[in-house]
Amino acid sequence: MSNAYRSREGGRIDRRQRLTFTFDGKPYRGYAGDTLASALLANGVHLVGRSFKYHRPRGILAAGPEEPNALVDVSRGEARSTPNLRATQVELYEGLNARSQNRWPTLARDAGAINDTMSPMFAAGFYYKTFMGPRFLGGAKAWTRVFEPVIRRAAGLGKAPSGPDPDRYAVRHAHCDVLVVGAGPAGLAAATAAAATGARVILCDEQHEVGGSLLSERLAFIDRVPALDHVAAQREALARAPNVTILTRTTAFGAFAQNYFGLLQRLTDHLPAPAAGAARERLWQVRAKQVVLATGALERPLVFPDNDRPGIMLAGAGYTYLERYGVRPGQRAVIVGAHDTIYRAALAHHAAGIDIAAILDLRPQPEGPLVTQARQAGLRIDGASTITGTKGRLRVAKVMAGRIDDDGSVANVEQFACDHVLMSAGWTPAVHLFSQARGKLTFDAARQMFLPHTGEGATPGVHAIQCAGACHGVSALDSVIEDGYRAGDTASQRAGRGGRSSSRASAPPPSRSHVEHAPPAGGGMLGAAPHNRNAARVKAFVDFQNDVTAKDIKLATQEGFRSIEHVKRYTTTGMATDQGKTSNMHALAIAAAALGKPLPEVGLTTFRQPYTPISFGAMAGYARGNLFDPVRMTPIHPWAAKRGAVFEDVGNWKRARYFPQGAEDMHAAVARECRITRARVGMFDASTLGKIEVVGPDATRFMDLIYTNAWAKLGLERCRYGVMLNEAGFIMDDGVVARLAEDRFHVTTTTGGAPRVLAHMEDYLQTEFPDWKVWLTSTTEQWAVIALNGPHARAVLQAVAPGLDLSPQRLPHMGATSGAVAGIEARIFRVSFTGELGFEVNVPADYGQHVWEALWAACEAEDGVAYGTEAMHVMRAEKGYIIVGQETDGTVTPDDVGLGWAIGKAKADFVGKRSLTRPDIVKPDRKQLVGLMPADEAITLEEGAQVTESASPEVGSAALGHVTSSYWSEAMGRPIALGLVSAGRAREGTTVHVPMPDGSIAVTVTAPQFYDREGDRLHG
Amino acid sequence: MDDAFEGEALARESVTIRRSPLFALAPLVVPGRVEVRAGRAISRFSFRGDSDAARACGDAFGPALAREVCTATRIDERTALALGPDEWLLLAPLDKGPVLATKIKAALGSSPHSLVDVSHRQVALSVTGRDAALLLRAFCLLDLDEAAFPVAMATRTIFAKCEVVLWRRGQHDFHIEVARSFAPYLMGLFGEAIKDLDDPQ
Repeated sequence: MSNAYRSREGGRIDRRQRLTFTFDGKPYRGYAGDTLASALLANGVHLVGRSFKYHRPRGILAAGPEEPNALVDVSRGEARSTPNLRATQVELYEGLNARSQNRWPTLARDAGAINDTMSPMFAAGFYYKTFMGPRFLGGAKAWTRVFEPVIRRAAGLGKAPSGPDPDRYAVRHAHCDVLVVGAGPAGLAAATAAAATGARVILCDEQHEVGGSLLSERLAFIDRVPALDHVAAQREALARAPNVTILTRTTAFGAFAQNYFGLLQRLTDHLPAPAAGAARERLWQVRAKQVVLATGALERPLVFPDNDRPGIMLAGAGYTYLERYGVRPGQRAVIVGAHDTIYRAALAHHAAGIDIAAILDLRPQPEGPLVTQARQAGLRIDGASTITGTKGRLRVAKVMAGRIDDDGSVANVEQFACDHVLMSAGWTPAVHLFSQARGKLTFDAARQMFLPHTGEGATPGVHAIQCAGACHGVSALDSVIEDGYRAGDTASQRAGRGGRSSSRASAPPPSRSHVEHAPPAGGGMLGAAPHNRNAARVKAFVDFQNDVTAKDIKLATQEGFRSIEHVKRYTTTGMATDQGKTSNMHALAIAAAALGKPLPEVGLTTFRQPYTPISFGAMAGYARGNLFDPVRMTPIHPWAAKRGAVFEDVGNWKRARYFPQGAEDMHAAVARECRITRARVGMFDASTLGKIEVVGPDATRFMDLIYTNAWAKLGLERCRYGVMLNEAGFIMDDGVVARLAEDRFHVTTTTGGAPRVLAHMEDYLQTEFPDWKVWLTSTTEQWAVIALNGPHARAVLQAVAPGLDLSPQRLPHMGATSGAVAGIEARIFRVSFTGELGFEVNVPADYGQHVWEALWAACEAEDGVAYGTEAMHVMRAEKGYIIVGQETDGTVTPDDVGLGWAIGKAKADFVGKRSLTRPDIVKPDRKQLVGLMPADEAITLEEGAQVTESASPEVGSAALGHVTSSYWSEAMGRPIALGLVSAGRAREGTTVHVPMPDGSIAVTVTAPQFYDREGDRLHG
Repeated sequence: MDDAFEGEALARESVTIRRSPLFALAPLVVPGRVEVRAGRAISRFSFRGDSDAARACGDAFGPALAREVCTATRIDERTALALGPDEWLLLAPLDKGPVLATKIKAALGSSPHSLVDVSHRQVALSVTGRDAALLLRAFCLLDLDEAAFPVAMATRTIFAKCEVVLWRRGQHDFHIEVARSFAPYLMGLFGEAIKDLDDPQ
């Protein structure tokens, strides 16, 4: 069987380019220009999937993105399979390999179809009612443990690939005067009009060529040429214009604030063998001054019993397959609906030689030009008629026709054998992007549709959006084109590019077109079609993708749901990848009818982005692997990496954590680094410390405001440890500050706190004290910082800075100086975070590695060591120096951690001062920093563990506090810990407990300093 | 072309004791279309102050400091980028930096201002060629059309997850200043984006 259903000529397929593809492993033929759906239909394949819940056989319903049934998995190998693709949007290529989903073992014989027979069990709300228990499965947990995995296997969509995505995804930002979404008749007209004004235009369309619905208009003439020639002429003119960008295969998936639109351009999915490394998709982020939405309309199925059998499709889709793809959906059709679209489809079928058993029109007296044409063609037209049921296991074979009486009752009158049914309940304007842009939708009761509210009373931002064509409620082709020209012209005028009326435009943009042989089509209905069947038994599908029937929606209203948002969640109508494209309006109408309310009162569900699914890869773009986040490395990083350092992530920084030698583990390496630093000397890369240069005549005044300390009396070339609070009085950051000049401070912050501190300072300066003459400059990255610590630190520094006087007299603890280190001008601070004699050498970053290497040679000569952040943590804990973010958590005051001395009590004000007198802040039982010594010296406490009064505290009783830092201390020869404990200082010498899963650990409370409590070593 | 971006710059530095974070990274080149290169070392100062201070600073520096923000002024290789109402980034050849700093300090005397050497804080990248703007659009949120972002415009902005200063030196010639630890990340991003100038066929 090869293309038995392909018409002999016609359609926009390239009959010279034959392609082979497989579906469920079976080979088929198609042509370039086919979609997977059109190619399958050409081969007579209608059965393409199983439904979500009931596993009913399903066919191809639509010809575009609204397809709810024909979801397939297209695979190019392991990690390159994409599930849930709509066969109607998959462009055929040589070797395409597609599979159906949600069936086992095969599509034709699917075991899950038992669900259909058992369907009375699976009514709407079934999950909520059934899976609350039972107790023996774990009560409420039964859902996640048992039911959900089972249901997910049985019901559902395709499988996501499990390997990492091997494809690349590109990103591009774009700005334009006018973004036109949709390149159908309205969009092409809008783009043409806007382009003529010189505006920068982006025209996007999800199909592989522009033209939209015109691509199926074989008969129509526009401006006296065939519609397709008109499309070609407009396309070529736009492609030539330097101010126009045409993006095909590009879906506008989201409208965001201020005309920021997301577009997804598919670059390689249509290619048989994409070049290795070529980007698969490109995410466009467009900022448009004006937007024209020309997104068209989506056709609604008719809601009648058993309306979901393969072979039953939308009338417009049937028309498209015939006219655009040269594919005959079958040999004998029954056509049903309440919109003139059915006559257009019937006429095209008739002209192609397909039997029309009957046209069943729900309207009592169908009339209009298309109806007249159908009558003239001799087609049987039954007014006030509908379908009350269908038969056929894997494809429709027979329909029951019913006659609708004046009272709405239905009587069966006849059966028709057929192999396909075309249906149409009318068209729904595609208003999703307008709604996402926060546009209001107004219900037009006469035409039974929600339309964009653009004129008076519109949402303010929406003034920069024009709607044109079918999405604007315009349907006749000549009006659609005129609306497009108008929208494009208005948009470019509003974008400041003039318009038709402007003399600036070189040639006036067109304003209307002459259209022939495209008779207008009207009509439409919302809600379920009447029938004479048992309403409790039959399935008349509203939402094909989620298997929601008319009776499910009625049931939801009976169970008390009044808002469509609740009905949606209860029944799942309009959910998942489909977003209710074909179903929302019917669901709304059925709910409104059941509730006896006018339709707008029941509400409209929101249109979520993306309305049509997009890939996660496109959202990630270049942000993956090494480029997921910046990896910041210090100037000394290459040296550390070469020495085999183990790095840790601190924010975006890579910091050397320890330098293992030989087979050392972390414990051994850290113990060695601590031991040698305290005994000899250690070198540490402190370059990541935040640095801010505070300069200006008001610098001291500003420092007094931001820090708790008093700065006025800090001498030149002196350093001070500063503490910074937030307004609530809690510690925000800390660091050593050096005074370089009367009006210049070199401020250091924590590694992670640097941006936050600068922003905090700028905030005060710009909003509270803009007249102060002081300026802040981030210098974090200007300086590489090398810390030297240990009794031999001076000798090491002196060896490479022979010209500097480093004596304690000239450079005492907390002194600062400057001079050449290894030939490089350096800022040298005598500070210590280990409790040993310490220097911090700041050199311009490009020289960091050079100076480090020079100091390292001297350090090695002194039998010193390079140490990492872990040894730094241990040594500072041995001294009881806090780390912001470890000993503090945003609720800790200076007094809590023993830093009350750093508060300039005589100062009139500083940020957080007032809060320090709040009753809660001065309570005696606040948690205070203490040392915690496990009685058992073999035990190192766990950081974060609770500290309690009793060894076995009662369940529900409060803890005294928690362990903030805990290490093995090489210097003390035992484990040590710091913790925050309620009224901790008063508990010194007492025993508290740290309850752990294996039993409680007794610990003695001590002062939070363990090593060299007198501080003699600092002053060496 | 500004000799600050000549190709041999890195090679020459490699024999010195300076190490740029882009030291080992090769330039990215699509012949005839776009090139991304690391700039050689230059002197940089952040200057802050009011309009009087700015006038005095400009007199000493060479190019007047623009009052209009997002504007670059330039004489030879000395450039002042107005990044804020009281903030300028001064760029100068490496060997001129110390002299210029001394001149500026002398010219300003005791009038309130802040002059901070930030030569090592950041590095420069140049993106040149007829597709320079196209490449930048992979990350740049701003409109790079010449009507919106003309030659001599300069601004602080965000590329992906890093802050940059972007200065349009010529129609197809962009100068980017980026903090040194973010430079390899930015170069990595350009390395990816430069593969995607065209649509695959």
